[in-house]
Amino acid sequence: MTSELPTATPGAPAGTRNHDIAEYALRLGDDALILCQRLCAWVTNAPTIEEDLALSNIALDLLGHARVLLGLSGRSDGTNRSDDEFAYRRTEREFRNTLLVELPSGDFAATIARQLAYTHYTSLLYAELAASADEGLASFASRAAKEAEYHCMHASQWTVRLGLGTEESHRRMQAGLEHVWPYAAELFEADDLTTRLDTDGTAVAPARLRADWEREVTRVLTEAGLTVPAPSWEATGGRSGIHTEAFAPLLAEFQSVFRQYPGGNW
Amino acid sequence: MTTEAGSTAAAADDVKQRDEYFDALVAAGECVEPRDWLPDGYRRMVLRQIAQHAHSEIIGMQPEGSWLTRAPSLHRKAALLAKVQDEAGHGLYLYAAAETLGVTRAELLDALHNGHQRSSDTFNQPALTWADTGAIAWLTDGAAVINQAPLCRTSYGPYARAMQRVCQEETFHVRQGYDLLWSLCRGTREQQEMAQDAVDRWWLPAVALMFGPPDTVEGGDGDTRAAALGAAVSRRSMAWGIKRHTNDELRQRFIDNVVPQAERLGVTLPDPAIRWNEERGHYDFTPVTWQVYRTAVAAGAQCGRQRLAHRVAAHEAGAWVRAAADAYAARPVTERQEP
Ligand SMILES: [Fe+2]
Ligand SMILES: [Fe+2]
Repeated sequence: MTSELPTATPGAPAGTRNHDIAEYALRLGDDALILCQRLCAWVTNAPTIEEDLALSNIALDLLGHARVLLGLSGRSDGTNRSDDEFAYRRTEREFRNTLLVELPSGDFAATIARQLAYTHYTSLLYAELAASADEGLASFASRAAKEAEYHCMHASQWTVRLGLGTEESHRRMQAGLEHVWPYAAELFEADDLTTRLDTDGTAVAPARLRADWEREVTRVLTEAGLTVPAPSWEATGGRSGIHTEAFAPLLAEFQSVFRQYPGGNW
Repeated sequence: MTTEAGSTAAAADDVKQRDEYFDALVAAGECVEPRDWLPDGYRRMVLRQIAQHAHSEIIGMQPEGSWLTRAPSLHRKAALLAKVQDEAGHGLYLYAAAETLGVTRAELLDALHNGHQRSSDTFNQPALTWADTGAIAWLTDGAAVINQAPLCRTSYGPYARAMQRVCQEETFHVRQGYDLLWSLCRGTREQQEMAQDAVDRWWLPAVALMFGPPDTVEGGDGDTRAAALGAAVSRRSMAWGIKRHTNDELRQRFIDNVVPQAERLGVTLPDPAIRWNEERGHYDFTPVTWQVYRTAVAAGAQCGRQRLAHRVAAHEAGAWVRAAADAYAARPVTERQEP
């Protein structure tokens, strides 16, 4: 992987542990931030008031996760950038989120399919990261794990309801799964950085999470009478800032007010 | 024949006694509960008010909800998410309170969607800029707090209890809105202009539409017939302990609260008649006449149609999800072990 331009974490020299932690926190933080943004758009558009409430609640938790992780990244990379600076001052190529979280939400089933993939991943990841050798990551993860577990339960319950509900909901849920599954692979992508951090006990090698993840989601999908998709391709690119075309409009909207009022006081 | 007439008379007597007993109960400030006997008129009036209130909470999510994706700082994004989430919660409490009167939430939503019931006209204005989220929270939630504080002691128990939960959160919303505008007013010139413009546009919706038409004869300002009618409805509602104060009384209370706040913020309220009246011990302001009220309602009509269309579209798009949840819930318990 050589397409690491422009550098997302310019402060700390590449290859040092701090630089690695900064980049790692940035990846996880951007995932949470961008998924939060997608969920925000559901509010007032959900199928029930309870879901307006649940989705905004999950979005709020994800935003909380993103803020801690981005702040952590800024402290680790030596630039001391704030969460806001990361969120509002970077351009498309500097974001490190997976393509999974930036995909347009689609219908409620596709949204739940993405939630299922992402939340099973984060609940496994954060549970492991709680034991990280890095204090910042460990304290973040031990708090976030509980919330991730709740998000995971929300997604799993809806998957079962839709899978076993009506013919239409079953068909839509299966279609949602087929749509997002190729993108789930990126969550488990490994590179030199994750290998280094796994070796020194700071992070978890994604490959170790993948087996557990597959077992867990298979259990839910089986329960729901749905088929585990077998995608013929795997998405990649987000971790090096190569996004989908849907990402620029998402970011433009996200940053629009901030950029419209230079020097603003918020 | 005589027996029949006799029993009719006895029944009429009974109803009269129950009515008198009920009126005495609420006059003494007692709460009535769903299991109590309620006069039909009371039941209709309470239901109408709770339903309109519930509808306003969920329609009111739209103007601010549309700014969730554009909030200019993560702190403000979090605060706005929390606020809009609170409003959804208020809708849920209030629909539950309405359901104690023998209707279902689905029926109430249908009534909203087909125009038989309405939400408050306040939210029938477009939220044009980020500053609108501040102006809405400061002014319309501020008006809501004034309106709702007395409702924590309203005569219908389930409504009063719902309002006690709602009120605490509304107070917090007002503070957040004020704080948001405070930042803008201490920002760049463009930000200050944005704040002032939003206050200009949300002033009348708050002052006129959150409190309703004039309901005292003085408030009628010439339109005596409409004012007398409004006053009669208000008197009935107050006699039953549903409302505790007239619209005009609450409006004055709001003005008295908000004028000093505006001065501290550094925004100008768009009413040149606002002036401290030493004699009355209140701020004077341009009276909200029926004419003013009707004009404000009419100005929001098209936006109101859009709000309703948004709501209906979301509801229809989610029909298959609700059908699936219902079908799943109807399955035998053994088949639905939650994962
Ligand atoms: Fe509310
Ligand atoms: Fe509110």
